[in-house]
Amino acid sequence: MKKEVSTGNIEKIIEKWKGKKGSLIMALHELQHLYGYIPQKGAEKMSTALRIPLSQIYEVITFYNLFKLKEPGKNTIAVCMGTACYLKGAPELLNELKVLLKVEEGGTTKDGLFNLDVVRCLGCCGLAPVMTINGEIFGKLKKGEIKDILAKYKKKEQK
Amino acid sequence: MNKQVIAEKPANNKVKSMVSIGASSCGIAAGAEEVYKTFADEIKKAGLDVELKKCGCLGMCSAEPLVEVAIPGKPSVIYGKVTKEIAARITADHLVKGLVLKENVFEINKGKQLKIVLRNCGVIDPESIDEYISREGYDALNKAITQMTPEAAIEELKKSGLRGRGGAGFPTWMKWSLTRASKGEIKYIICNGDEGDPGAYMDRSVLEGDPHSVLEGLIIGGFCAGASQGFFYIRAEYPLAIDRIQKAIDQAYARGFLGKNILGSKFSFDVEIRLGAGAFVCGEETSLIASIEGESGRPRQRPPYPSERGLWGKPTMINNVETLANIPVIFLRGGDWFAEIGTEKSKGTKVFAVTGKVKDSGLVEVPMGTTIREIVFDICGGIAGKKKIKAVQTGGPSGGVIPENHLDTPVDYDNLQKLGSIMGSGGMIVMDETDCMVDISKFYLGFCVDESCGKCAPCKIGGYQMLKILEKISEGKGQLSDLELLKNLCQTMQKTSFCGLGQTASNPVLSTLRYFESEYKEHIEEKKCRSHKCSGLLNYRIVEEKCKLCGLCQKNCPTEAVEGSRDKGYKIIKSKCIKCGRCYDVCRFDAVHKG
Repeated sequence: MKKEVSTGNIEKIIEKWKGKKGSLIMALHELQHLYGYIPQKGAEKMSTALRIPLSQIYEVITFYNLFKLKEPGKNTIAVCMGTACYLKGAPELLNELKVLLKVEEGGTTKDGLFNLDVVRCLGCCGLAPVMTINGEIFGKLKKGEIKDILAKYKKKEQK
Repeated sequence: MNKQVIAEKPANNKVKSMVSIGASSCGIAAGAEEVYKTFADEIKKAGLDVELKKCGCLGMCSAEPLVEVAIPGKPSVIYGKVTKEIAARITADHLVKGLVLKENVFEINKGKQLKIVLRNCGVIDPESIDEYISREGYDALNKAITQMTPEAAIEELKKSGLRGRGGAGFPTWMKWSLTRASKGEIKYIICNGDEGDPGAYMDRSVLEGDPHSVLEGLIIGGFCAGASQGFFYIRAEYPLAIDRIQKAIDQAYARGFLGKNILGSKFSFDVEIRLGAGAFVCGEETSLIASIEGESGRPRQRPPYPSERGLWGKPTMINNVETLANIPVIFLRGGDWFAEIGTEKSKGTKVFAVTGKVKDSGLVEVPMGTTIREIVFDICGGIAGKKKIKAVQTGGPSGGVIPENHLDTPVDYDNLQKLGSIMGSGGMIVMDETDCMVDISKFYLGFCVDESCGKCAPCKIGGYQMLKILEKISEGKGQLSDLELLKNLCQTMQKTSFCGLGQTASNPVLSTLRYFESEYKEHIEEKKCRSHKCSGLLNYRIVEEKCKLCGLCQKNCPTEAVEGSRDKGYKIIKSKCIKCGRCYDVCRFDAVHKG
């Protein structure tokens, strides 16, 4: 279900941050929070309202890892690749996900159901290795458990 | 004054029993919310009058969710790995009948710890300013503002000997003093909460577990430096920390600890939050400033240092979360008290996030001068499983590895530097014999190459070339001359990179080369990875004598590299094998040989 990019929403965000020094990144955060990515229309509107060249806005968006330019899949899977997770087998988890979902890092599955991201550190190293789906954390994860976890999400979709 | 006092929880002298649940991100990830709900329901069902609250991280993250039960007049009990069922049992047995569930009790080894930064984490409800105030909260601010001049306050800080958390350990008082001395009407102070090290989370825990102490430190810093505006720069990946800091700011405004004429003085101070957006380089102070200004986080030329010309060209002071959390204690107990803790040149304590192949991973706060071995073995229970310890890595991507024979080194700024590591982020990653040092240095360097901002050639190009060489070595295609080349590149990057990221990015490579060169040589000369980590050097084959012809390996191979059938037997075709290890994992008869 694609979320319609509405002018009203974007204007609300701009109104909040207009006139504050150095507010571009905060405004972009709010925009992404709303849509899951930075829609072009949003960037263009911000450029006009905040008087920042569009090229500069895109330079900032592409510099920071967190900002996305494409709408993500319905469910976002994030595999933590922090040091503790790495040592405890996160690369194997990532490979397993790539095989099961037939998708590369940062990609979206053909059915648009999953997005596979790699994140730097979720800060729950005590539970390594860790994966999240839509923010829900699966800690001390084993390769063999992934199939069933994905199946649950697929089942939800069929309902 | 007895130093342990600060670390101890007040005895439960209330008339009510109390149940507190560790609900930082790590606790919530382990199921703390469900446990909280169960307690709420069960306590209601039993008709008990119990104070139930969520608090910050209790420290031992591997045993989350942790629950502390305190019954009036009795010592408190901490339960580990609490599930909904155990929560129900604790209510029925412990709260109603007073019987402790011995098998679920978790012993937190406090022996060698001294909690100053983490004094309130896991003790108070982080969302309640009243609880913070009841633990001497904002008394330090009151003392500084009403009884001291900024100069006298900085003098007190000088006595304490507190140093910043960066690799160099810059004296905090000096930073404050320099900013104070800079000319200008407008000055800023920033709390650096951009904890970019992938494997450290103590800043997150302090921000989530005791937000007011960091805020109080920031306000005192503002008062001393003559700043009128403070910023929290926090990673966007820490939503709970952001939420709790925002709540703390709102509460502090409501009580008059922030805003105009704080506590009736002439000092006015405002605080706002700014978010990072996933760039490791933004932990470097000039990049952080660029990011708050709404630009890409690329470093700027130093000097002028931020204390002279920082945010929007104004004098700016930047302190880390942990540094600021120390401040209120220093002003309450006095600089001399603080200076008694630690070693000659490194005062106070250090918080480490001990993770990796360790039994009880979690947050540990120890006086400077404690040895690494004491931290890993005495406090965190040693290595998980039956493996041997190989090395400990500190300081994240800018740090280095410390081999087993140096574990008795007392932790302080100078010792870590001598060993080729840094104090830095406080990440402490424990590695056992199954971890490959070439792989580790490749991991860290890969991180820095990814995170390089691209501004200067030594970091952008040098890092990338080094990574290519390391990849070659880990695939068994390296040459001995590569090691010399690596060392040269490391030194060039250290000397010529523009900012701290590039200058320190080669530390993990240099330190693994320094202590584990034989392992590199093994990869190059013998084409062997003793830890079986470098997949390029692994070969899988099926051991005929052990194979029971079940066909699971063939069924699970993603590239059809297993040929054969149930009657003819199976073999792995090397040219098709991508070395993913699925056949090895699924085989129930140990018939797939890896090596």
